[in-house]
Amino acid sequence: MAIATPRVRLPAIAKKGDIIEIKTLISHDMESGQRRDSAGVVVPRKIIKLFEAQFNGRPVFSADWNPSVSANPYQSFFARVEESGTFEFAWTDDDGTVTKTTAKITVA
Amino acid sequence: MGDERLISRRQVLVVGGAVVALGQMVGRPARAAAADADINRILAGRTAKTTGLTLDVPSIAENGLVVPVNLSVASPMTATDYVRAIHLIAPENPVPLVASFRFTPASGRAATSMRMRLAQTQDIIAIAELSNNDVLIAKAEVKVTIGGCGG
Repeated sequence: MAIATPRVRLPAIAKKGDIIEIKTLISHDMESGQRRDSAGVVVPRKIIKLFEAQFNGRPVFSADWNPSVSANPYQSFFARVEESGTFEFAWTDDDGTVTKTTAKITVA
Repeated sequence: MGDERLISRRQVLVVGGAVVALGQMVGRPARAAAADADINRILAGRTAKTTGLTLDVPSIAENGLVVPVNLSVASPMTATDYVRAIHLIAPENPVPLVASFRFTPASGRAATSMRMRLAQTQDIIAIAELSNNDVLIAKAEVKVTIGGCGG
């Protein structure tokens, strides 16, 4: 699985001060470093170790992930929105690769 | 505070010591010791309250590869009163610290859901750190039918 594909779900419109739920999912094996392949050799650890969410450049939520996080990690959390803007999401792999996506919300 | 039950660091250490002793009997001392080290590092000498943190896990997980977890603390999440972090620990996993979730006042609500792997039946531990330096702890057993590590 070379390319991690992120998916993000949140409302497109909210009222000022609303607390919205954000659900995220990314395709990734989250290879724990515990598993052995068919030849009995330990498969090296390769996980996403950090997830970060920002809104208009300000941190909202982050998570440090370890090998006990399931494959294709799902992460939900909340955000209080006071203005229209853009959420930025970033997943950082053990190998330094950062997968990013964004989502806009209109606050009336 | 009033009648809230408190777990002191000493009591955690005593419980942890019992876990270590049990681990030595069945030949797995290292994992329990690693979980103790995680818990002590997070508590940093503070006394954890056993109320206020909700750890919602299934009592029976058929598949240890994907066990849903919901964590929440009732908090106003204002600039002066918010939850900084919630840590999730599975003491019998090869790497006990599952994840650390970090919140800000902009989170609005101190709640998160994710999915974890569990190697075997065990007591899951969650610890929340608040902006006023309070710590909250919660524990819940998950019985695992098919383990989710090493497979």
